[in-house]
Amino acid sequence: MATKNIKPRVRVPKKLTKGQLFEVKTLVSHRMETGLRKDKETGATIPRDIIRSLNVTYNGRNVLYSVWHTAMSANPYTSFYVRAEDSGTMAFTWTDSANQTYTKEVAINVTG
Amino acid sequence: MKINTNFRRRDVLKITAAGTCAIAATPFSANATPQSVQAEIDNLTGGKAFEDDARVVLTLPEIAENGGTVPLTVSINSPMSSEDHIKAVHVYADGNPLPEVASYYLGPFNGKAELSLRIRLSKTQSVVAVAQTNTGETWIGRKQVKVTLGGCGG
Repeated sequence: MATKNIKPRVRVPKKLTKGQLFEVKTLVSHRMETGLRKDKETGATIPRDIIRSLNVTYNGRNVLYSVWHTAMSANPYTSFYVRAEDSGTMAFTWTDSANQTYTKEVAINVTG
Repeated sequence: MKINTNFRRRDVLKITAAGTCAIAATPFSANATPQSVQAEIDNLTGGKAFEDDARVVLTLPEIAENGGTVPLTVSINSPMSSEDHIKAVHVYADGNPLPEVASYYLGPFNGKAELSLRIRLSKTQSVVAVAQTNTGETWIGRKQVKVTLGGCGG
């Protein structure tokens, strides 16, 4: 029961200096079906379909692990902070309740 | 006879208090309560009691017009050094169908213990953030939010 058209989006500052603290903003389009709602016509429970977790690595090192429940809004948004170390890649993995994963990678440019 | 009537009235009140949302959502309405949130916190701390701590600050609108997406920022005053940092933040809501909202696992590489997210609130209730430090301390922050339109319809 994976939702279609999942679009993960990530925003980080374009240029960073070494040691700088920066905010990472993430958004993934997903309806986050709670599994508590019922179909108005049939009365059948609409099955739960949510993003369960977000895992973020920065140059292979884990910088955030997050577990989500049904009380996260549809199109779950999360932002957090990381300290800039070296240029490289930040990789994001969202996992839904059917164990399907959605990934996104962004480049981190650290100067000076 | 009088007792009987009282009981009935109480049951009716209970059902009304659970809210239209819970009725529409689950027939066997097991809503979260401040007690069930406390039970979750006890689970984390092994039953050890902790006072609320001013170092955990929750930023939420006082009145949320749309409970389906309420912006929340949890900010924790911690140096986030390798000796002294927040390793986990758990968010609960004590009036939703389920108490858990989200958990975040952090470390000194984060530099700043601040998280933003958007949550669903089915009715007016308290949002609770529980921060765990690497030294085994637990800090708790709370904030009440008034919800004018519940958000469990998704």
